[in-house]
Amino acid sequence: MAELLRAEWTKFRTVRGWVLTVVAAALVTVVPGLLFAAGSHSSCSVGPIEVPCPTPPVGPDGGAVEDRFSFVHQALTGDGGLTVRLTSMTGIITYPPPDHDKIVPGLVPWAKAGIMVKDGTRPGASYAAVLLTGGHGVRMQYDFTHDTAGRPGGVSRRSPRWLRLTRSGDRLTGYESADGRRWTEVGTARLDLPDTVQIGMFANSPGDLTVKQSETGGSIGQKRFTQTTAVFDQVSRQGTWSGTEVGDGPGETDWERYHRANGLVRSGGTFTVTGTGDIAPSRDGPVFEDGLRGVPFGLVVVVVAAVLPIAAEYRRGLIRTTVLAVPRRGRALAAKAAVIGAVTFAAGLAAAAVTAPLGMSLLRANGFVLLPAPLLTQVRVIAGVGAVFALVAVFALALGALFRRAAGAVVAAVALVVLPYMLAVFSPVPDEVSRWLLRLTPAAGLAIQQSVQEYPQVLSHYTPGAGYYPLPPWAGLAVTAGYAGLALALAIRAVRRRDA
Amino acid sequence: MRATIEVIGLRKRFGPTLALDGMSFTVEPGRVTAFVGPNGAGKSTTMRVVLGLDAADEGRALVGGRPYRTLRHPLRHVGALLDAAALQPGRTGRDHLLWLAHSQGLGAARVDQVLDLAGLGGGVARRRAGGYSLGMRQRLGLAAALLGDPAVLMLDEPFNGLDPEGIGWLRELLAGLAAEGRAVLVSSHLLSELQHVAGHLVVAERGRVVADTSVAALLAAGDRVTLEEAYLRLTGRRGDG
Repeated sequence: MAELLRAEWTKFRTVRGWVLTVVAAALVTVVPGLLFAAGSHSSCSVGPIEVPCPTPPVGPDGGAVEDRFSFVHQALTGDGGLTVRLTSMTGIITYPPPDHDKIVPGLVPWAKAGIMVKDGTRPGASYAAVLLTGGHGVRMQYDFTHDTAGRPGGVSRRSPRWLRLTRSGDRLTGYESADGRRWTEVGTARLDLPDTVQIGMFANSPGDLTVKQSETGGSIGQKRFTQTTAVFDQVSRQGTWSGTEVGDGPGETDWERYHRANGLVRSGGTFTVTGTGDIAPSRDGPVFEDGLRGVPFGLVVVVVAAVLPIAAEYRRGLIRTTVLAVPRRGRALAAKAAVIGAVTFAAGLAAAAVTAPLGMSLLRANGFVLLPAPLLTQVRVIAGVGAVFALVAVFALALGALFRRAAGAVVAAVALVVLPYMLAVFSPVPDEVSRWLLRLTPAAGLAIQQSVQEYPQVLSHYTPGAGYYPLPPWAGLAVTAGYAGLALALAIRAVRRRDA
Repeated sequence: MRATIEVIGLRKRFGPTLALDGMSFTVEPGRVTAFVGPNGAGKSTTMRVVLGLDAADEGRALVGGRPYRTLRHPLRHVGALLDAAALQPGRTGRDHLLWLAHSQGLGAARVDQVLDLAGLGGGVARRRAGGYSLGMRQRLGLAAALLGDPAVLMLDEPFNGLDPEGIGWLRELLAGLAAEGRAVLVSSHLLSELQHVAGHLVVAERGRVVADTSVAALLAAGDRVTLEEAYLRLTGRRGDG
């Protein structure tokens, strides 16, 4: 096989046009991302004055987070805990559908009220919380990305929810109870916390997301202000409580100004906490893969680069020379696939390694605050672009061997790989159609580029257009690999059966 | 490996056309065997079946006692020239031989040897094949056939496109290769080219062998002095055709 690989490599590298096509695939991949980054600008202002944009807080794992809530807290040193009874959780939603003309009472599904241990009041600081949500029952959540479900259901004065959170060393445990006597564990977390932490009650409410089909197709998401008010009593800890609006920015809505401000209203042993915002991983700002906008265009050139050599062998009759030299035709085709796969992998890897980081630097220089991606994720994205290039090249090569014509194979490969992606991401098809396109077609492998994660506990518009693929990165890549493998197997069967 | 080609009862049908209809003959080492016959007699198809390019419906074809497809480095056993025009125009002649050499576990040194042997030494072979004349392509095809120093050679119309000097050179080359004990099968429609070179004659018509005879016996049998006349008599055609 080593001889075959060497022969196919010699064959490839000795035709300048083929080598240049692969180089072109890399360039076409690099340029759009850099043009996009160079042409995008972001600025922030307070009134008429331009100011540096605020940097989003960063969570304990280095990811950007949203961290805004009303916190009524006191210090806890060493081990200990807090038990409360939650007797009411109400809220408002501004201008919801269908008419967007009223402020209505109600809770969004991920509105939160509960108790929390946090490493101070700095946004992004490590925390653990046991809480009730607007529509998903009791949860134990910690450090922004972790979420464990407890009992479902809501709260009322007649059926209150008791919550308890204890710290023992680095171990935090959340409990819930219906009566304050029989307790059920909801979840535990191990956190790296200092000896003294803040413990207390909190409330918030993420923006209400509505998604509209736009007239040109696709969809537009909008978030509207919401607010949660929670009433706690039977608070187990005594002493002074202070209120902090964690992560509160400048400015407030008319609702906060004229109707109900965020913060604490205390009446004896009853604590009424009102808050807005979310405690969640953030998705505001450019992401690592924003520099990779050229990838679909690069893939078109990759298809051409993979189809040209095999189609030329058929057109020139060189396929007979190949079969004379290597009568085991399947192996000859496999060697060809390995060479074009390796070459396009290198091209994709190099292109992504240039354009993704450089795009990030350009966006940063143009005033954007980026969503940091962990180093391993960056490596996966960059190597993943190489892998997608290689798999698509093998797929296109196989179509070339099946069709024996360049034009047909190029059209078929582009129609099966690039077109579904374009339709799913840029076109007026419904979101669900987009998702199926990216599950079932060879375009699924582009999921390997996604650096941001989808969280069920975070309300967002998770669509392909917004960079969220329906399959996890490796599953998507596996779909594309399946297509490449199937096409190659069919092509090998065909070249074995046919007269050369 | 024995330097022979054995063609045993090949039959092949392309749609309604019966291309091979029991084609059988053996090519022995040490002489040039001319494989002749009118267009459509099945010469090229026979060669393609021997070389494993086409599959026969019936019969067997062996080189050195083995089916071509089972050879590990086939070009080291069998050198073939089928279609000299089959070249990638953007690739140099030398690079064309280089990938072939690599596929057989051979190196660049052997490539330069056969280029010299085929009269393509110097800078010619470092030019792109797209600009080659018919004669140069033919010489490159011969160089490719000789690349693996094979004991068996199968050449389809090797004189095509060669100038008179080239024809003389190729005759000498073929005679020399046969003298080294190789089995050499040459198909040609111009029998005059094979005069004094071919030691044996296989005549095919309509997919089968109609004559399989040594040239010496053929010429001795009658009053014919050229191979072409002998051939025409054999195939029942008029000498003035």
